[in-house]
Amino acid sequence: MEKLLLLGDEALAQGAIDAGMSGVFAYPGTPSTEITEYVQHNEDAIKRDIHRTWASNEKTAVEAAVGMSYAGKRAMCCMKHVGLNVAADAFMNSAFVGANGGHLVAVADDPSMHSSQNEQDSRFYAKFALLPCLEPSSQQEAYDMAFYGFKFSEETKLPVMVRLTTRLSHSRAGVERREILPENELKLPEDPDQFMLLPAYSRVKYKKLIAQQEDLIKASEESPFNSYEEGTDKSLGIIACGLAYNYVKEVFTDSECPYPILKICQYPLPKKQIHEIMAECDKILVVEEGQPVVEEMLKGYMPNDKIKGRLDGTFTRDGEMNPNKIMAALGMEDTTGKDTPKNVAGRPPALCDGCPHIDSFQALNEVLKPYGSGHVFSDIGCYTLGYLPPYNAINTVLDMGASITMAKGAADAGLFPAIAVIGDGTFGHSGMTGLADCVYENTNIVIMILDNATTGMTGGQNYCLENKLENVCIGLGVDPDHIRVITPLRQHHEENTRILNEEIAYEGVSIIIPRRECVQTLKKKIKIRNAVK
Amino acid sequence: MKKDIILAGVGGQGILTIATIIGTAAVKENLNLKQAEVHGMSQRGGDVQSHLRISDKPIYSDLIPKGKCDVILSVEPMEALRYLPYLAEDGILITNSKPFVNIPNYPSEEEMNKMYGELKNYIKIDADAIAKEIGSARSMNMVILGAAVKHLGFTAEQMQDAIKEIFGRKGEKIVEMNIKALLAGMESAEKNAK
Repeated sequence: MEKLLLLGDEALAQGAIDAGMSGVFAYPGTPSTEITEYVQHNEDAIKRDIHRTWASNEKTAVEAAVGMSYAGKRAMCCMKHVGLNVAADAFMNSAFVGANGGHLVAVADDPSMHSSQNEQDSRFYAKFALLPCLEPSSQQEAYDMAFYGFKFSEETKLPVMVRLTTRLSHSRAGVERREILPENELKLPEDPDQFMLLPAYSRVKYKKLIAQQEDLIKASEESPFNSYEEGTDKSLGIIACGLAYNYVKEVFTDSECPYPILKICQYPLPKKQIHEIMAECDKILVVEEGQPVVEEMLKGYMPNDKIKGRLDGTFTRDGEMNPNKIMAALGMEDTTGKDTPKNVAGRPPALCDGCPHIDSFQALNEVLKPYGSGHVFSDIGCYTLGYLPPYNAINTVLDMGASITMAKGAADAGLFPAIAVIGDGTFGHSGMTGLADCVYENTNIVIMILDNATTGMTGGQNYCLENKLENVCIGLGVDPDHIRVITPLRQHHEENTRILNEEIAYEGVSIIIPRRECVQTLKKKIKIRNAVK
Repeated sequence: MKKDIILAGVGGQGILTIATIIGTAAVKENLNLKQAEVHGMSQRGGDVQSHLRISDKPIYSDLIPKGKCDVILSVEPMEALRYLPYLAEDGILITNSKPFVNIPNYPSEEEMNKMYGELKNYIKIDADAIAKEIGSARSMNMVILGAAVKHLGFTAEQMQDAIKEIFGRKGEKIVEMNIKALLAGMESAEKNAK
């Protein structure tokens, strides 16, 4: 079959398409965005009209995927690790209702926080929900796991998590394709109670899910993605999970690894092989990308110096793995070149030249001068970079949507003025409920919704509230006189600061919408327009 | 055949195009390839890098271990130096000499010269000027690729074929421009090798 050069994200997407997926449901978030974008541009996906429009947020995405699974078709929802927090209610309960058509929950974790506010490990969620989890170690496995995962989901009647990490999501390699499978026919669940979680039904389902765990462990023991590699030196055994397996293999490129290696890419843990390596080896080195999920399970609470990993300091507790960390852990001679010269300066990301957010921040900074610093609650997006010099314009970032609600809480505490700065995409994701709270209590607050007509940080995706911001705010009960649209350009600076001052003075909920298109998406559009000419 | 290459630059300078062309050439030769990219927040004017690994044997890690990189290929001179811990003892650094200054504490010319003075194996060319000279200012990245061809284990013909494949859709003229830039880079590297 044809061989394609694909990112890990794209390999999973291509696998899902080829395995007969009927819909992808997602909200963009690094490093997961490219899964859905790949489906959006794929010829087979377009020909089959696979569902591929962005969802409002991760919770609506997971719920829609459960709905498609209910209807008997294969569905995948995709998100970044923190997106699973947003979707957690749907995800946890999806374990109880299970799946009818195959349901994959693809979550891309970001250890080392290249583009995220934390580095939580989604395998904890799979364990929490008692659901199986696949963790590809290569692009080819990501592709193959789509086939395996859909089938396994339909056999076990459970959603299956596929956990990716940044370095796989955003790394390209050759992937061998298989024949494309037909989509499932529409078919409602045989058991009419399957998707009903009234408490009496939930109690039954929970027992069933618990009873199913033994089968899931057995499947892991027999999984083609888990393997046991014999070694001659039993003083140490290595348990290598997902992508971390590659780093272990890398340090033994020129020599045979003397230690037994247990490769784990399917969870729950394969009990039989775990027992085997624990019995056979004096010490165990657990190498996993993310948090010490497996290590903690093996170590237990009482003192136990048999298990080495992130908890005993063999590896750093945080940050992503790499081959050099493994060399050090194995006592091998580390390889490194010269140090980076001291004069090489850091080059942090910055707002683009001509970015509309710059003008918004300049206006905001000016009007807030008399009040001192500490009044601006912000959110997740390009504008988070407004914290850095030369702007120093915002004070907080917590999670998607928290700008409005944190500003509200601070206003409730008596802070004046309380300003929220949120992007149009993020407002659509989870700003509306916060605004509803503010309107309900007539909170004295100014909310700036930075409208650059796109989801900028993740590369310019469409979003649910395009061209609807004012109407949504009016619909939620904001007084139309206090919804002010401004143009963030230097020549409007004076007018913009005047409007900001007026709305700060107004006692109640004010919305300010600085509206100008993202320079990156504008550039792309012009390029396409010129190409057409 | 095994080459571990780090591509370096600033977000938006076009290092991924270089990666795509080397990758295409490698695939045509039936070589294995892994290429780790940076997406997301750091793309906004920050430092970006890509680890590109090519081998006729299986490749495991998506990341190049420190001290094992054969070629650092950079479109910006300070960014090239950031990845020195990865460069092997006998590795080579090939870079554009034109600084991209978007930070207040960018090192002075004197400091830059001093840092480069301590390197033993590098090629530094003004790829921006060369690209402009041949009337194709936007092909700076192809000039740098040209400067590196000899050290990547490919022939000029193989690179030209890859350029044709990647830019073919954009028309004959674009292909020609990029090949011209590639050849100019090759020539300049011969003259400027230290």
